[in-house]
Amino acid sequence: MIQLRITEHIHNWLSGMMSEGAVSIVEMVLIAIVYLTVFAIAGLFLVLLERRVAAWFQLRIGPNRVGFQGLLQTMADAIKLLTKELTGTEKADKFLYNLAPYFVIISALMALAVIPFTKEFHAFDINIGIFFLIAISSIGVIGILLGGWSSNNKFAMIGAMRSGVQTISYELSVGLSLLTMVVITGTLQLSEIIEFQKNGWLIVQGHIPAIIAFMVFMISGTAETNRAPFDMVEAESELGAGFHTEYSGMKFAYFFLAEFINMFIISAIAATIFFGGWLSPFGITESIPELGVFWFLAKTMVLVFLMMWFRWTFPRLRVDQLLTLEWKYLLPINLVNIVLMAVLVWLNLTIRL
Amino acid sequence: METEVVHTNFKSEEYFINMGPQHPATHGVLRLLLTIDGEIIKKVEPDLGYIHRSIEKMCERDSYQQIVHLTDRMDYLSANINNEAVCLAVENALQLEIPDRVQVIRTIIGELTRIASHCLWWGVMGMDVGALTTYFYGFRDREMINDIMEETCGARLTMNYNVPGGLMHDIHPNFVKRVKDFVAHFKTKLPEYDRLLTENIIFKKRMIGVGILSKEDAISFGASGPVGRASGYSCDVRIHHPYSAIDKVTFNEALRTEGDTYARYLVRIQEMWESLSIIEQLIDVIPEGEHRVVTNAVIKLPKGEYYQKVETARGELGVYIISTGTKNPYRLKFRSPGFSNLSLLNHIAVGGKIGDLVATMATLDLVIPDIDR
Repeated sequence: MIQLRITEHIHNWLSGMMSEGAVSIVEMVLIAIVYLTVFAIAGLFLVLLERRVAAWFQLRIGPNRVGFQGLLQTMADAIKLLTKELTGTEKADKFLYNLAPYFVIISALMALAVIPFTKEFHAFDINIGIFFLIAISSIGVIGILLGGWSSNNKFAMIGAMRSGVQTISYELSVGLSLLTMVVITGTLQLSEIIEFQKNGWLIVQGHIPAIIAFMVFMISGTAETNRAPFDMVEAESELGAGFHTEYSGMKFAYFFLAEFINMFIISAIAATIFFGGWLSPFGITESIPELGVFWFLAKTMVLVFLMMWFRWTFPRLRVDQLLTLEWKYLLPINLVNIVLMAVLVWLNLTIRL
Repeated sequence: METEVVHTNFKSEEYFINMGPQHPATHGVLRLLLTIDGEIIKKVEPDLGYIHRSIEKMCERDSYQQIVHLTDRMDYLSANINNEAVCLAVENALQLEIPDRVQVIRTIIGELTRIASHCLWWGVMGMDVGALTTYFYGFRDREMINDIMEETCGARLTMNYNVPGGLMHDIHPNFVKRVKDFVAHFKTKLPEYDRLLTENIIFKKRMIGVGILSKEDAISFGASGPVGRASGYSCDVRIHHPYSAIDKVTFNEALRTEGDTYARYLVRIQEMWESLSIIEQLIDVIPEGEHRVVTNAVIKLPKGEYYQKVETARGELGVYIISTGTKNPYRLKFRSPGFSNLSLLNHIAVGGKIGDLVATMATLDLVIPDIDR
């Protein structure tokens, strides 16, 4: 069995040169750089993918001129945004106004750290992985609230308030639907959850309640990322651009990128928890562990496509309907679902292949 | 020293927000002064005049042939029907006998314009409630009508195809075939509209029971067109005061009684079906003959007052001419459907959410140059 062991080589090479403390600091920086690169590439690729998928839904072609099939289009857009002037409102709360984009982007980045791309490519495998994800994903809303509040713009303010209401509500469903699956696995650690799925993906193992949990997770995950049909926060026909109305240039790009990274994270979590993460279907490529990245990304991209499909076919909900959906339907369904799952596990009715 | 300003006319929870003149949902330079309590609309005050071009005053300066061209710039989505209104008014005043061929072609062109206008409305309607894909579907079908118009009269938006006395040119030899192709195409696409938007559960939840307008209010606010008909007010000018070749065809007036945004939506969808049926009845029976009656180069209307109304895609457009016998009208007044329909916005939007206001405004189908003139 061939193993690449790149990290081990780098570790040995660095240890030969400096003390143990310095090695760990250098390694942290290296890992951070790798993740920032992944982050940037994923963000830029997803923006392009979204535009091409949208074009496909809308009888258009989409960007296909810059680079092969438009692959460099978003790169060009990012460079353009970098060179643009950063404007802002005169009476904005400057400190909070400048701080807000970083909250959004950092929370997205931190969530990326615990996602297992494959067995080896997993930066931060803590025993409370799912708990960490739920906690980190709620930080982003602070950035949105700050951005909307400090812009000194009423449209931004309404957008931010809607976002606060929405994210806090849907946080519950995201958390509870994930906890439903934890009832089966008995662990919060993502690597162990994946190991557990060697006997069948959790959506198969947990059958009915798992499928319900998956649907609830995708709905509330879409709402968490403020994407259509839950994009009340931006609602361009109602609020202009919502909370980021007053942002321009790279600060706007941070909000924009974070949205796409969050979409990737939600899909990645769903792929990990419900569809076995980097495990191949029926273990067909078990002998080649490097293909784990491929399987992981393939599953994630299918779910990303699902979220894009939502966005380009559904109208937007109204803000009160959004809350009705969460508090009157999803949350009670979720609570019953957890009990159902617990009974299933207790009576040993899960399907194990 | 700063002094605290106390707004006595606001309740403590209410605040004021400026929607427009540059705002995606107002479809033009309409400014709405909103008083909002959280998300709930307390008051809507439309502020007009951002695209006022004093068209009525310009009409007093221009000859009757020139006036037709100005009407394109009012409700630019019903350009042909607007042209027809002025032409009919002038022809009636001169008591010209208009050939059957002209009348049939005018009606066909008018119904094509109505479909094109409703296609565009359907596209932006979806966009206003957040379904961006509808826009491209609507524009795909509108594009075919625009191509027909371009081939026939050389223009895609401001057609100027009608002139007092008839049509500027005869129809293009391809016209009949292309219109038939379009009708066949659009009959397969209209059910697609329903699948994409009409039957969508989120869309229905957004629309049903929102912005309800009663029949009495529709009449007293002067609502016309699909807005009035959705409230059960039978106000189709084509039925009650037929003009051109409309009395040669049979069609149903799209009437509903709910009066909410969904009813207005359904009325327009049904109108597209009715327009298709009108076109189908007429396209095979276009009579032979002249496309124009020769009029004097300088048209002078006899002294008197003349009124003609037509049904545009938005409702009743009235043209009121006072002539003193010269080559220009002494006064010309347009009764535009958009203006009356906008006037009831405050009445039906108060109490709803911001999202409801946008949905309501979309079903009023406002064209701002029509309101401001």
